[in-house]
Amino acid sequence: MLAFIIRRILQSLVVLLVMSLLVFVGVHAIGNPVDVLISPDADQIERAKVIVAFGLDKPLWLQYFIFLKNAAGGDLGRSFAYSTPALALIFERMPATLELSSAAILLSVVLGLPLGLLAGLRPNGLVGKTIMAVSILGFSLPTFWVGLMLIMVFAVQLGWLPTSGRGETQMLFGVPVSFLSWDGLRHLLMPAFNLALFNIALVIRLTRSGAQEALMQDYVKFARAKGLRNSRIIGVHVLKNILIPIVTVVALQFGSIIAFSIVTETVFAWPGMGKLIIDSIRVLDRPVIVAYLLLIVTIFILINLVVDMLYSVLDPRVRLAESKG
Amino acid sequence: MEPTPARNMAETPWQRFVRNFFGSRIATAGFVLLALIVLAAIFAPVISPQNPYDLAKLDVMDSRLEPGQASVDGSMTYLLGTDDQGRDMLSAILYGIRISVMVGVLSTVIALSLGLTLGLLAGYAGGRIEAFIMRVADIQLSFPPILIALILLALTGRGIDKIVIALVAVQWAYYARTTRSAALVERKKEYIEAATALGLSPLRIMFRHLLPNCLPPLIVVAALQVASAISLEATLSFLGLGLPITEPSLGLLIANGFQYLLSGKYWISVFPGIALLATVVTINLVADQLRDVLNPRLQTQ
Repeated sequence: MLAFIIRRILQSLVVLLVMSLLVFVGVHAIGNPVDVLISPDADQIERAKVIVAFGLDKPLWLQYFIFLKNAAGGDLGRSFAYSTPALALIFERMPATLELSSAAILLSVVLGLPLGLLAGLRPNGLVGKTIMAVSILGFSLPTFWVGLMLIMVFAVQLGWLPTSGRGETQMLFGVPVSFLSWDGLRHLLMPAFNLALFNIALVIRLTRSGAQEALMQDYVKFARAKGLRNSRIIGVHVLKNILIPIVTVVALQFGSIIAFSIVTETVFAWPGMGKLIIDSIRVLDRPVIVAYLLLIVTIFILINLVVDMLYSVLDPRVRLAESKG
Repeated sequence: MEPTPARNMAETPWQRFVRNFFGSRIATAGFVLLALIVLAAIFAPVISPQNPYDLAKLDVMDSRLEPGQASVDGSMTYLLGTDDQGRDMLSAILYGIRISVMVGVLSTVIALSLGLTLGLLAGYAGGRIEAFIMRVADIQLSFPPILIALILLALTGRGIDKIVIALVAVQWAYYARTTRSAALVERKKEYIEAATALGLSPLRIMFRHLLPNCLPPLIVVAALQVASAISLEATLSFLGLGLPITEPSLGLLIANGFQYLLSGKYWISVFPGIALLATVVTINLVADQLRDVLNPRLQTQ
């Protein structure tokens, strides 16, 4: 068990190191940030000053080692565009992304569960078929295009919801959040729904197949025989039994949702980390690109590590297969 | 639907495949629509009312005209309106489909060849080679595709070659995994043993004997992947990470019209969006039907 965990952690570190090298060297291959940072009118002395200030005069391998040393201490460089520490800049944007992602997860469960149950109970009815058809669309439509259509219909044509931004924020435990005010909620609704779309479809699928399977079980027949109301059988007995796998899958989707928020944040101009990375790529703000990519890769590696370890605790076969291979 | 034995005897496998495939009305409709889209993409330069990238042909006076309006000099009617540079949207969309489909198919073919070779190698050779290839594939599949593509494009910049590389990097692991699992099953069968006993070279066994028997699941995965590749390319181009402005795919056309969408000029974004949607959905329909037809477990005996 311990050997398995140590091997997994070592593997994660190797992946992280390879990624950091890839990202660092790769970022240096595109464009010269000096051209972006310094106005064309600046003279040679000014240019040299900036180059030295950002450490761009040193050889690449030395820059990488300085970068690694600093990264270990939590310093991933200063943003070229904002001249604040890159990591701080990302952490400043993080609450907005986390709020949007959490709202999306919540929506996918709140909308997906009842719809999936409906479809599971009447798989051949018109309602069930319609729900499944819509869920196929949720899988296959490009998210950004659905976002545009939402904006066009609900913001431009009907004028019910704002087109972009985060709206009024309020402080909750020192973190700005949108969901506490009406204005903030109105801003949150469309992007959260857009981000949730794929997961709503996923939850509908899972709930439907789960419900169909559960309805054939003996405990449901027994509950019916006892004369329980249908709503109680579905709402308590069936739901309890199908909820665990659904919750697991949705929790596992959290990382993907954070990654996908890049698209939604760009469409709705939501000021989170996803919009930050796209803006940073546009102006070639290297430290922010590097810091964001490393941070999100780290988040993913951690999620995968935790999932692997949980699985190995729950299912010994995973460990055994691992030690053989 | 019970095919008579006599008819089955006379039927070649290909004929049976065709009959099964067109047994579904939705799949047939999807196939016909997809064929039209692909034809439109191939013949875009011939059927477009205008060459949308010949700047000399564009007239700024015609910019942002609504669908159905005639150009200022009266020489043509813009069926789907014009964009901010006075470009005919219909022509821009036809060229856009051409680029999107090309990028999707090209990246899928390259990724398929790469993943297939690695998967066959892993499945046939086993041991350390297998462990290494599959470990890399596993690690890669633990990241969402958009993140892999974003990392690569943030590092390499924009361009048609770069987006194809990014899409190949995203896709190869699916093929490697599918091929390996099919190869593992096939490897144990007697015809491989026979081929080995005949003293055929491993390469010949891998590509002439193993590969043809691993193909059906791969065809299905590849068909579905073309749709997701087109969709991902559109998303990346929309974000400004994919194709350069000189090679506008559907995603870029949609992005281009986004700012005008807010002021009610819907056509610049919406029509390319519908074209993208039609392409992705029809490919999915055809791929789903392929899966049903090629899956031996679902086939009627």
